[in-house]
Amino acid sequence: MKKYASFFRIRFVNALQYRAAALAGMATQFFWGGMLLLMFAAFYHSAPESFPMDFQALSCYIWLQQAFLAMLNSWAFENDIFEAISSGNIAYELCRPMGLYGQWFVKAAANRVARAVLRCVPVLVFAALLPAPYGITLPPNVGAALLFVFSLFLALGVVVAFTMVIYIITFYTISPTGVRMAATSAAELLSGSLLPLPFFPEGLRQLAELLPFASMQNVPLRVYSGELSGQAAAWSVGLQVFWLAALLALGVWMMHRALHRVVVQGG
Amino acid sequence: MKLYAKFFSLHLRSVMQYKSSFFLMTIGQFIMAFSAFLSVWFLFDRFYQVDGFTFQQVLLCFSVTLMSFSLCEGFFRGFDTFSYTVRNAEFDRILLRPRNEIFLVLASKIELSKMGRLLQAFLVFLYAIPTSGVEWNFQRVLVLVLMLLGGVCVFCGLFLLYAAICFFTIEGLEFMNIFTDGGREFGSYPMGIYGDGILRFFTFVVPIACFQYWPLLYLLGKNESLWCMLSPLVCIVFLLPCWAFWRFGVRHYQSTGS
Repeated sequence: MKKYASFFRIRFVNALQYRAAALAGMATQFFWGGMLLLMFAAFYHSAPESFPMDFQALSCYIWLQQAFLAMLNSWAFENDIFEAISSGNIAYELCRPMGLYGQWFVKAAANRVARAVLRCVPVLVFAALLPAPYGITLPPNVGAALLFVFSLFLALGVVVAFTMVIYIITFYTISPTGVRMAATSAAELLSGSLLPLPFFPEGLRQLAELLPFASMQNVPLRVYSGELSGQAAAWSVGLQVFWLAALLALGVWMMHRALHRVVVQGG
Repeated sequence: MKLYAKFFSLHLRSVMQYKSSFFLMTIGQFIMAFSAFLSVWFLFDRFYQVDGFTFQQVLLCFSVTLMSFSLCEGFFRGFDTFSYTVRNAEFDRILLRPRNEIFLVLASKIELSKMGRLLQAFLVFLYAIPTSGVEWNFQRVLVLVLMLLGGVCVFCGLFLLYAAICFFTIEGLEFMNIFTDGGREFGSYPMGIYGDGILRFFTFVVPIACFQYWPLLYLLGKNESLWCMLSPLVCIVFLLPCWAFWRFGVRHYQSTGS
């Protein structure tokens, strides 16, 4: 456990070095969140009665999404890992006295958390200062807040476990870009990062809520505003736990099989 | 031009060496653009119209923006990844060659897999042209062509600007994505829906609205003024300051060493 903790710390400190990048990223996120809200506002004014969420809840959703983008997005992959696989450096990593799965998992999680820690506070403060329906509010009660934090970490776990599966597929195809793009765009759409799931047509929405992608963003961001509460929230968080366990098991199993027949490229 | 054709066939042959990888990437691009299309569709499935624009009219705007963006992204890729060129001093080599440096950067990378996105945009375009309710005549077709041309100019200008900033910062700056990727994402809808402040910004500072919102009003007969008809020409003018800034950057270029 100590090994993993120190591995986490190294990656964390490393990622904290890029402060200018974080600043530029924050500017982008203010703008992005603002534009998205203006777009939704235009739809809201066209037909308020068909708006599926409370506008305030939507604002919370968008700002949290921007604040934790670095943590929960499905398109950030560790280039080190792809390089290690295609260049053969993986041989060194296999020599270390810790499991490869654990090593990579911790690495990816640490990078995501570090980037999010730098960015989330300013974005949230800024969002809190905005006028009423466009800003972010506090969660309606302590229960929702606690559940949000719990669900956020589960979501992080699910995202990282999902990316792990993609890394392992890379063992089999040396050029991973195609697989990666297809997986990423499916995840983008179905996790609710392009469009919150309540905006999906009926039927498709119910299906999407069952898939592992919904556990990546949809659940924590909706739990926060109380839009998802009570039994529905408990069910969704339970589903997150299930998908986390399933993806972890799948990843470990695939890794085990892949390492049996790994051929190190390069010299 | 002949030289560019040569570069083009060089890039084409090099990607054809890895056919399956190339096709997978093209399909990936297609799916990626498709999910953007789906989210627009889902919204209109629920709301039917936004700010007086119907689904098909927004699709016309969506496809024009996406087509011009993917053309630029494919052919201007050298500027998009320019920070690498500066960082490993590739640019020194470019300056030594007896050709215009913009041309050489342009020819150094052509990303053919972006055509997946272009294809998708083109299909949407074909669907939107007859269904958008525009009564086509000669002027309107001309305006549509100008819209595409203007879009290509704006995105090219933005990529050029992005690359020119790399001369000073060495790193690529993420905030420029606001205009390039943001222009693509938010340009899917006519800029008018975001409110007056945003519309003014995207008309006078970064003229994205000049190739979609204003000429779209003309096409739909909502505003028949000459100004709306010719607004895509502003986009061509936008290239000038970008080019000037690039020249300024080249003059201040200091090699970063090996």
